[in-house]
Amino acid sequence: MRWLSCYLTNGVHWSFYASFLKVLALLAVTAPVALGFGFVGAMAARSHVPPVSWLGKGYIAIVRGVPDIAFFMFFVIALDQAFEWTRHKILCPDWTDPIRQGNDFLVCQAAKLPLGSAPEWVHETYGFFLAVITFSIVFGAFAANVLFGGMRAVPHAQLETAEAYGMSRRQTFWKILVPQMWVYALPGLSNLWMVLIKATPLLFLLGVEDIVYWARELGGTKTSKFTQYPHGDWRMWYFLFLLIFYLGMTRVSEIGLEKLMRRLSHGQATAGGELLRKETTA
Amino acid sequence: MKNLILTTAALALTAGIAMADTVRMGTEGAYAPWNFINDAGEIDGFERELGDELCKRAELDCEWVKNDWDSIIPNLVSGNYDVIIAGMSITDERDEVIDFTQNYTPPDPSAFVAMSDDVDVAGGVIAAQTGTIQAGYVAESGATLVEFASPEETIAAVRNGEADAVLADKSFLAPIVDEDGELRFVAEDVPLGGGVGMGIRESDGELKEKFNAAIQSMKDDGSLNELITKWEVSSTF
Repeated sequence: MRWLSCYLTNGVHWSFYASFLKVLALLAVTAPVALGFGFVGAMAARSHVPPVSWLGKGYIAIVRGVPDIAFFMFFVIALDQAFEWTRHKILCPDWTDPIRQGNDFLVCQAAKLPLGSAPEWVHETYGFFLAVITFSIVFGAFAANVLFGGMRAVPHAQLETAEAYGMSRRQTFWKILVPQMWVYALPGLSNLWMVLIKATPLLFLLGVEDIVYWARELGGTKTSKFTQYPHGDWRMWYFLFLLIFYLGMTRVSEIGLEKLMRRLSHGQATAGGELLRKETTA
Repeated sequence: MKNLILTTAALALTAGIAMADTVRMGTEGAYAPWNFINDAGEIDGFERELGDELCKRAELDCEWVKNDWDSIIPNLVSGNYDVIIAGMSITDERDEVIDFTQNYTPPDPSAFVAMSDDVDVAGGVIAAQTGTIQAGYVAESGATLVEFASPEETIAAVRNGEADAVLADKSFLAPIVDEDGELRFVAEDVPLGGGVGMGIRESDGELKEKFNAAIQSMKDDGSLNELITKWEVSSTF
């Protein structure tokens, strides 16, 4: 027992526990940002200006169509190189060597992102930042599609009435359409949230050491030569713990989303809203 | 003229910065005794000690980075770190994509490990880590190859019967076989690869020369052999 408590509090395990915070932080940052991407995407897709609408629809179609893993592998490297290329052009205009030499991607030292001399935590934060952007773009596309559907599901009579009252198109959108669409979008968005929770292990593809990486590393066989805490293949127990963690996360989210749904259904012309009306009058 | 002076000054300045720049060392951290994560969560092992010593001799400021084996070469060429020091054997295929310093361990045999002595390593199912020289060897030997992303998984495959045997560096297998009553070395050892070296971008000739010189100096004064013996990673020079 004492052995186990010492084992569970050694340095590597603190990195393991810290990675849980990393995953939670990713969720906390990505969810609103992705929702923002989705909102803008949906607004663009239903725009009356054709190029904007094409842009919105193109974003939704392309990102939704590309497999997540391919997107994560390719996009992050491309994004990183795009940043460095831009900085290279601005910061080192005198550079004459080609940026691509065979397989190598070479920019001047000053254009490196983060700078080669930056401490390791800066590199890790930068990697985390790239992860947030990538997750947001991917999940933003799905969210855009859901919100687009939600906007169209708002009864048309509501919009016509708003127009009849003399509201401008902008007013109709912000005051009538947006507040009412959430109830239609929420089931789809809650699905996305669940998928996002489960997609966090993809972080490891992006070089961020997440809980799955540490579970694999810590659970692996340790021989007494290289550690004070030798043990056999314990990966099963570590992954069991992750299973419980993920199930707990999704369960808590389910409860939260149910409460939110109830709140949004108030006064809506939907089956859920009707049920609430009956409850309050009865 | 004025412009010329300015550019030379700028060049001198950037050269000065490049000199003092940190060299980022990429490793896998899952291949004891070569490189692994110790109880404190830090990178440790033969290559950690070797790398730190080489950096001291080459007067470089080094920083350690962990990276998955699968993507260790792509991340080097795209500039996320400057050196691969991860027990990587020097092979012609890899040499087409990146450059290697001179080897810091001599070519050493790989070994088969299995649960029983009567395994057919020429025709059975053999586990190896993806993208290693061992995987390449098994694929050509006529045995059925099963690949895994990490070294740990190749051992687990033998334990649970998914593979008949695993082929890997002998120094990696030895401590595992020592502590496991069921696993044992089988068949003949296979000589593979041209020794282990540091992987460096092809365009980074200057860095390669610095490390070559540092490795040579460690070979000359015998300190490299001491390190090899201490960590039991291979035979000595």
